[in-house]
Amino acid sequence: MEIRRLGTVGYQEALDLQTGLVEQRRRGDVGDLLLLLEHPPVITLGVKTRNTRTNIVASDAQLAAAGVAVFQSGRGGDVTYHGPGQLVGYPIFDLNPHRRDVHQYVRDIEEALILAAASCGVTAARVPGLTGIWVGRDKLAAIGVRISRWITSHGFAFNVSTNLSHFDLIVPCGIQGRGVTSLEELRGGPVPMAEVEAAVEAGFLSVFKDL
Amino acid sequence: MANEVLMPQMGESIAEGTIVRWIKKVGDSVDRDEPLFEISTDKVDAEIPSPAAGVVLEIHVKEGETVPVNSVVALIGAKGEESSGSKGSEPSKSSEPGKPEAAASSPAPSAAPAPAAAPQAPAAPAASSGSVEELRRTKSSPVVRKIASEHNIDITQLQGSGISGRVTKKDILSVVESGGPKAAASTSAPAMAFKPGENVRIEKMSVMRKKIAEHMVFSMHTSPHVYSVYEVDFHRIATLRDKLKAEYEAAGARLTYTSFIAAATVDAIRQFPLVNASIDGDNIVYKRDINLGIAVALDNGLLVPVIRNADERNLLGLSRAIADLASRARSKKLNPEEVQGGTFTITNPGIYGALYGLPMINQPQVAILGVGSIDKRPVVIDDAIAVHPVCHLTLGYDHRLIDGAEAGRFLAYLKERLENFEA
Repeated sequence: MEIRRLGTVGYQEALDLQTGLVEQRRRGDVGDLLLLLEHPPVITLGVKTRNTRTNIVASDAQLAAAGVAVFQSGRGGDVTYHGPGQLVGYPIFDLNPHRRDVHQYVRDIEEALILAAASCGVTAARVPGLTGIWVGRDKLAAIGVRISRWITSHGFAFNVSTNLSHFDLIVPCGIQGRGVTSLEELRGGPVPMAEVEAAVEAGFLSVFKDL
Repeated sequence: MANEVLMPQMGESIAEGTIVRWIKKVGDSVDRDEPLFEISTDKVDAEIPSPAAGVVLEIHVKEGETVPVNSVVALIGAKGEESSGSKGSEPSKSSEPGKPEAAASSPAPSAAPAPAAAPQAPAAPAASSGSVEELRRTKSSPVVRKIASEHNIDITQLQGSGISGRVTKKDILSVVESGGPKAAASTSAPAMAFKPGENVRIEKMSVMRKKIAEHMVFSMHTSPHVYSVYEVDFHRIATLRDKLKAEYEAAGARLTYTSFIAAATVDAIRQFPLVNASIDGDNIVYKRDINLGIAVALDNGLLVPVIRNADERNLLGLSRAIADLASRARSKKLNPEEVQGGTFTITNPGIYGALYGLPMINQPQVAILGVGSIDKRPVVIDDAIAVHPVCHLTLGYDHRLIDGAEAGRFLAYLKERLENFEA
C-alpha cells in the first residue's frame, strides 16, 4: 500500500483526483493507495440524501457566513462535515478478489481507526448498527465508502482538532441524538496532525497488511 | 436470449441491497462491465457493472427499493431484441421483486387484467415461484440441492445458516449425518451487541423461542395488521356462568369465560367467513372448517392448540376441548397435529389484567381475537348506572383482505351474541 499525504485539498479537486485514481487503479497503472488530506470547510451529502437537504439544519446564509460550501458526493451514507483539523482518508483499494465484502471492508476501516485512536491514547469503539468509531455517545470518526467494481473510494473523516461547532450546521450522518467529538477534545489539549497521520498509517498497514 | 441481472451479494453478512440509482434506463444500450446501477448497503454505495453487453430490456426494481441478494433486477437483451415494445417504457411497476410475476408461468390468459401501464416485455424471470422466503432458501447452491435430492431432503423445510436462512453445504451435510431434517438448525448469528464478560448473562434461545421469534417477524412482514377494540358487557355471561357452572362440573367440564367467547366467535365466523380465510397468491381461500386455535401461555413461550371443527361443538363440547388442550399443552402432551391447521385464533392478553392487547396474527390466518381483562365497571343502562363485568375484545386483522367495515361488523355481531348469549 502506498500512502500519499496531500495536505489541504479542495473537495471538488479531491473528487476529481479520486475519479482519476480509481480508473488508474482499475487499469493497474497504480497499486493500492491511501490518500491522507484535509478539506477546507465543506458539507457533503451522501447518496442517501441525494437531492434532499433535510439533515442540513443551517440556512444558506448561515452556511455562507461560516464559510462552508455544500457538495453532492457519490459516497455511501448521509450528510457530513469536513474541515481543517480533520484527517480525511481516501483508500483507493482493489478489493478483488480476496476482500470482496463491503461490510468487512467498513469494519476493517473501523478497526484501523480504533488502533490509530488507541495509539493516540484514546479508547474508541464500534457501536453496532452505527458505522464509524465512537467514544461514549460521540462520534470520533465517520465512514462513507463508494465501491465501483470492487475499487474503493471515499473513506473516513477522523476528527483531530476539528471545529466541532461546525457540526451544529448538520445532523451528522442523519443520526439524531448523538454528538461528535475530536481527539483534541478528548485529550484536553492540542494534538499534532502529523502524530495522527502516523497513527492512522500504522493502523491501516496493520489491518490491510496484504495490500 | 436475455441476460438476467441479479442483485449482487456484496458481502458475507449482506442479504439484500437497495437500488439507489439506475445509471442506464430501459432502451439504453450498455457494454459489458459498464456501470448499470448503484446500490447502497449500510454506509457503502456501490456501482454495479452490467454482466453483459446489449440493451436494457426491463427494469424490475425501482430506485429506492430493497430486494434480496440474487433477485433479478433487470434484463439485458441483444441489440434488436427490444422490438417487443419495451422501448421507452417505464420500469416495471412490480413492487415486490422476488415475488413471482403472476403471469410468468401461466399461458397468457386471454383477458389479462392488464395493468394499464406499459406492455410487459418477454417472459419474466424463470426462477420465481413461492414466497421471497422460499426463493431465498431454494436458491441454495447446486451442490446443496444435489445432496438434498440424493437424500430426499426438502431444502425449503430447513433453516440454513447462510444468508436469509439459505442452506449451506455444511448445513445439508449435518442434516444428512444426523439422519434427516430436524427442527430449525442454527440461524445465522449477526454481529453481537454483547460479549461474555460484560455485565450480562447470555443464554441460547430454546427451539420454541426461536420458532416464535421467526413466526412473529414473518407475520409482521406478511400482514398489515389493523385493530379494532370493542367493549362488551359480560353481565349476562357472568350470570349464565354462575348458573351453569355446577351443572357443567357435574358433566366433567369447566365452564370458563373463554368457552362462551369461543362459542360466540364460532357463530360470528359463520356469519363472516372472511375472517376464517387465508390468502394464497392472488386467491382468497375460504375454509369450510372452523378450526379454532386457543393460545396457551407456557413458562417461556406459548402454544396454540387447535379445536378442530369447533363449529360442530356446543358450549359443553367447547369447554371440554379447551380445558383438555390447555392442560395437555402445559404438560407438553399435545400431538403435533393438534397445534396445526387452525383457521382462527383466540388469545388472552388480559390474563394479568391488561385492558386489551394487540396480538399478532397467527399466519396463514388473517385475523385474531384478543380477550382483555374482565373487570367490574360502571356501565350505562337506560340512563342509569349499573356495575357490570366488562371485557374489551380486540380483533387484529390482515388489512390485505379484511377492511375496517368487515371487522367492525364481525365485532358488533360478536358483541351482540355475547351480551345476549343463548346457552
